[in-house]
Amino acid sequence: MEAPIVAAAGLRKRYDKHEVVCGVDFTVRPRECFGLLGPNGAGKTTTIRMLTGFAPIDAGTLSVFGLPVGPADVRAIKSRIGVAPQEENLDPDLTVAKNLLIYASYFGIRGGDARARVAELLAFAALADRAADRIPTLSGGMKRRLVLARALVNRPRLLVLDEPTTGLDPQARHLVWERLRELKRSGVAMLLTTHYMEEAAQLCDRLVVMNHGRIIAEGTPRDLIERYVGREVVEIATGDDPGERARVAARCRALGGRVEEVGDHVLLYLDGAADARAVLAALASETLTHRRATLEDVFLTLTGRELRE
Amino acid sequence: MTPGFLGGTLCVWRRDMESWRKYWKASLVGALGEPILALVAIGYGLGRFVDIDPGGAGVGYAQFLAPGILASAAMNAASFEATFGSFTRMTEQKTYDAILATPIGIREIVAGDALWAATKATLSGTAVLLVAVAAGLVRSPAACLLPAVALVVGLVFATMGLVVASRAQAYDFFTYYFTLVIAVMYFFSGIFFPLASLPGWARAVAWCLPLTHAVALSRACAAGTVGGAALLHLGVLVFVLGTSYALAVRLVGRRLIV
Ligand SMILES: Nc1ncnc2c1ncn2[C@@H]1O[C@H](COP(=O)(O)OP(=O)(O)OP(=O)(O)O)[C@@H](O)[C@H]1O
Ligand SMILES: [Mg+2]
Repeated sequence: MEAPIVAAAGLRKRYDKHEVVCGVDFTVRPRECFGLLGPNGAGKTTTIRMLTGFAPIDAGTLSVFGLPVGPADVRAIKSRIGVAPQEENLDPDLTVAKNLLIYASYFGIRGGDARARVAELLAFAALADRAADRIPTLSGGMKRRLVLARALVNRPRLLVLDEPTTGLDPQARHLVWERLRELKRSGVAMLLTTHYMEEAAQLCDRLVVMNHGRIIAEGTPRDLIERYVGREVVEIATGDDPGERARVAARCRALGGRVEEVGDHVLLYLDGAADARAVLAALASETLTHRRATLEDVFLTLTGRELRE
Repeated sequence: MTPGFLGGTLCVWRRDMESWRKYWKASLVGALGEPILALVAIGYGLGRFVDIDPGGAGVGYAQFLAPGILASAAMNAASFEATFGSFTRMTEQKTYDAILATPIGIREIVAGDALWAATKATLSGTAVLLVAVAAGLVRSPAACLLPAVALVVGLVFATMGLVVASRAQAYDFFTYYFTLVIAVMYFFSGIFFPLASLPGWARAVAWCLPLTHAVALSRACAAGTVGGAALLHLGVLVFVLGTSYALAVRLVGRRLIV
């Protein structure tokens, strides 16, 4: 097998007394899109910050392109990765084109090469007609696209994307997905965090779910769905009455499969063993929706439904 | 090719320069207005009532004042840019974070920002020099060195400003720096009166202030008396520059890499 692009083992990070990354192991393979999922505060950004040299590692080993992340090789690593941070940090004093041009200079790309690259990236991000505008005049989605374009200025072999589509409308999100797929086809490896399970399902070849600084599940989206929730889900609306909900839940339990009571409905997860037709027939008198299980079901099953931080 | 230290420093400098271009007029008026006003108001206005001959050899008060005003203009320009300006880039705008995701490191960021602040200091100092030359206050050919002096003074106060910015939690913090450090230096570094007129202990304190050496160096160039003493002042400035640069790199690193 080819050497991994990123290899993390026993990665730990502590802020004051609070350990926020507690022994994380994962690898990103060549040409792969690897997802880092987890609730707010799970430690995703901190993990990424360690990888990009923004946060010193307390314990464990971390290498990118086979080079250990540390003062000696940090320049060599950064010259080959592209980073789109969670918090937008475009240069508000510069125009859209200048943002890219100046950023290119940090990688030693200058003159005609830089101008050609900038023109390419403006087209890629669908921002060519905004080239001369200042950053504060852009919409949130345009800024996000520019951040992505900026991360590509050095033709990175690894793209690190911390919530690349947060705050985007569906059109913009689909545009970004399309661009990321193009990049993947061209051989760029990606490390991606997202709170959109559909995004993870669409883009990621493999992913891990983090919770409280630990990895609690790992696999392909399909594996994870089958392993943790099964193929299908039946959702039964019960109204606000808890008695009614308990009655429906009991009925579902009798049918086998895992049952969860949430707000005004009951979820029945059907694994391969249960006969979906029989279950649906038995529940025919209820108001129900029958759907495929999703990564979102996995996420909520693994990390619970209560709010974080 | 990934830029080295010098290339990286110039990239950061260029970023600052590009973002300043749209404000340059307003910024220049601000940076020049104050020192020129001080020179005219104090030099000619107050100077008529000052019955001293501080430089000896019949030098007028405005003539005595001009090199000091030049040094202080450089100090102010660099200090403002390296505190308010750099702090904004370090915190609100996250410009430093954006740059740090590239092969450019903290050393180049601090050096580039300091060089930019010193560039503004050089512009201010040179403008004061032009006014002083036009008014016949500076005649020695050695005055050609004064823009370079302004650059060095700018670098010194830029790196000092960056040290302060790296520790600041909010813009208010700079009020203390400007009133307690910069203003004190402005009044007690021999700009307005010769240090010889101070009591011994006060003179000793004054010689610990970097601006005192900046003023002395500036005055030596303006008077054409560039000798061993001037080199000594330059040496002190370079020492302060080296120390505060190293400290700024450390502290900015500690703030951003956590
Ligand atoms: N510089 C810091 N100092 C102290 N605590 C920090 C720092 N950075 C992060 N933390 C803490 O570390 C924990 C993990 O934060 P992190 O930003 O990695 O989470 P995340 O998984 O990216 O969350 P989100 O989905 O909200 O972006 C949080 O509890 C956060 O408060
Ligand atoms: Mg995050």
